[in-house]
Amino acid sequence: MNTLIDHIGQYTVDGVSKGAIYALVALGYTLVYGVLRLINFAHSEVFMVGTFAILVTYTVLDVQQYPALVVAIPTALLGLVVAGLASGGIALAVERAAYLPLRRKNAPPLIFLITAIGVSMILVEVFGLLLPRRIGHLLPEVFGRERAASLSVPYLFERRPVLTIGDTTIDTIHVIVVVAAVVMMIGLDLFINRTRYGRGVRAVAQDPQTAALMGVNQDRVIMLIFVLGGVMAGAAALLWTIRIGNTQSAIGFVVGLKAFTAAVLGGIGNLRGALLGGILLGVVEVYAAAITASIWEDVFAFVILVIVLMFRPTGLLGESLGRARA
Amino acid sequence: MLLELQDVKVAYGRIEALHGISLHVNEGEIVALIGANGAGKTTTMRAISGLRPLSGGKIIFNGEDISRLRADLRVVRGLCQAPEGRQIFPGMTVLENLDMGAYTRRDKAGIAADLARVYDLFPRLKERAKQAAGTLSGGEQQMLAIGRALMARPKVLLLDEPSMGLAPMLIRQIFEIITEISQQGTTILVVEQNAQQALSRAHRAYVLETGRIVKEGTGNDLLHDPAVREAYLGVA
Repeated sequence: MNTLIDHIGQYTVDGVSKGAIYALVALGYTLVYGVLRLINFAHSEVFMVGTFAILVTYTVLDVQQYPALVVAIPTALLGLVVAGLASGGIALAVERAAYLPLRRKNAPPLIFLITAIGVSMILVEVFGLLLPRRIGHLLPEVFGRERAASLSVPYLFERRPVLTIGDTTIDTIHVIVVVAAVVMMIGLDLFINRTRYGRGVRAVAQDPQTAALMGVNQDRVIMLIFVLGGVMAGAAALLWTIRIGNTQSAIGFVVGLKAFTAAVLGGIGNLRGALLGGILLGVVEVYAAAITASIWEDVFAFVILVIVLMFRPTGLLGESLGRARA
Repeated sequence: MLLELQDVKVAYGRIEALHGISLHVNEGEIVALIGANGAGKTTTMRAISGLRPLSGGKIIFNGEDISRLRADLRVVRGLCQAPEGRQIFPGMTVLENLDMGAYTRRDKAGIAADLARVYDLFPRLKERAKQAAGTLSGGEQQMLAIGRALMARPKVLLLDEPSMGLAPMLIRQIFEIITEISQQGTTILVVEQNAQQALSRAHRAYVLETGRIVKEGTGNDLLHDPAVREAYLGVA
């Protein structure tokens, strides 16, 4: 307990940068839930695919650890594009291949949920088993081992102190992660609240039938939200590799569940709730790890989830993508 | 003929709600469809807008068979509806709701002109432009629903029960504005329980009973038809 109180500033900074990544992933759950009332459990693997896209790209380009800034920045931007395309693409593919046929058949919600879990498992095994067996020899650094527990992604940026107040240090990684996450979120928020397509998304979220009466093509809105959520997960994947420096085929499970918790905590369906929930969860986790031991931090995430569901099932900011101006 | 329904049938599961109705709307007309609760008025409107698939018959709009056309594309063709119960987007501002009406359009100048026209018809909406639509009164919400539909610049404006839940004075006001919209050149198909207002404003009208058209004529004829008076106007 004393360690926490003595270093509360440092723990808070660490927690915020951790939570910013959860928040980006949480947006994908929230967008899809807001429009379809579906918990897309395959979204965790959308994030995982993003980290693999980065790993593959960096391996092919032979990116080294801690390159000079003139190399690191374009490499990071390339990683963002690649991960955005891969995650956005896989999210869209899952929607078209798995959910669209179910919607056409008016399947009950439970079928969607089970399908989502099934898709999630398939993707984990594709990256953990199938690709290593099929193309492992082509890219041994990435797919050389089956279900490799930790694949290192080269660190692009060194941790260097940027600002020190008392014994709290804000370093380069904190800044990059938080700034990038906030920029992505502001972009998404502006898109949803200020553009014509964004209005279409909110209209479908509020009332799909009336949206159709206004000429909104619901199918296109659904594709759009999967892509948007995927791109956000791709950005989160980049920040994850910058911060943590490794990935694995099963990475999505814990990150995804925490991002889902963040989405529920803030109010699922609510974009700003995802930000709030993500940051809160990151901070609480870091505090919890400081009090007990880091091995317990995952437990706290789920304790919070249970508590939220018991006392405030609509989350801190309430649900709904359309209401309350997203 | 701008809009024509030919023997349109709609079923909910095994229960048929519309047993083959035929009606038409000519350019420039106000056509009313009156009937009691459950007669199938809203089902007819939903079928025209494409929210309900047909189990038989055809809908012809502007010479094109739109029976199987997706709902959003019917808006592009020029059919826009102010649905029953208004169904405004409560979380959006009044202006955003109006912009939703123009969702399919790209002609900025035209949209601005139509917004000015809607504000002209409903000055109250201009005053409340920045307000969340959910905070409007029932009458204002109805104005917003009509204004929103007008923003699509429809060839045929579909109005489903514009008088629902409104005080008599407001109902009269809404129908005065409907007449004005018609005089500005928009063709209107209006579904109503308030037969008095609808028939006195409509050029022609149809009476719908349990999924069938049982009578048609000019608004004036039906207004003075003894059977209609007894059934829908509460006059013996």
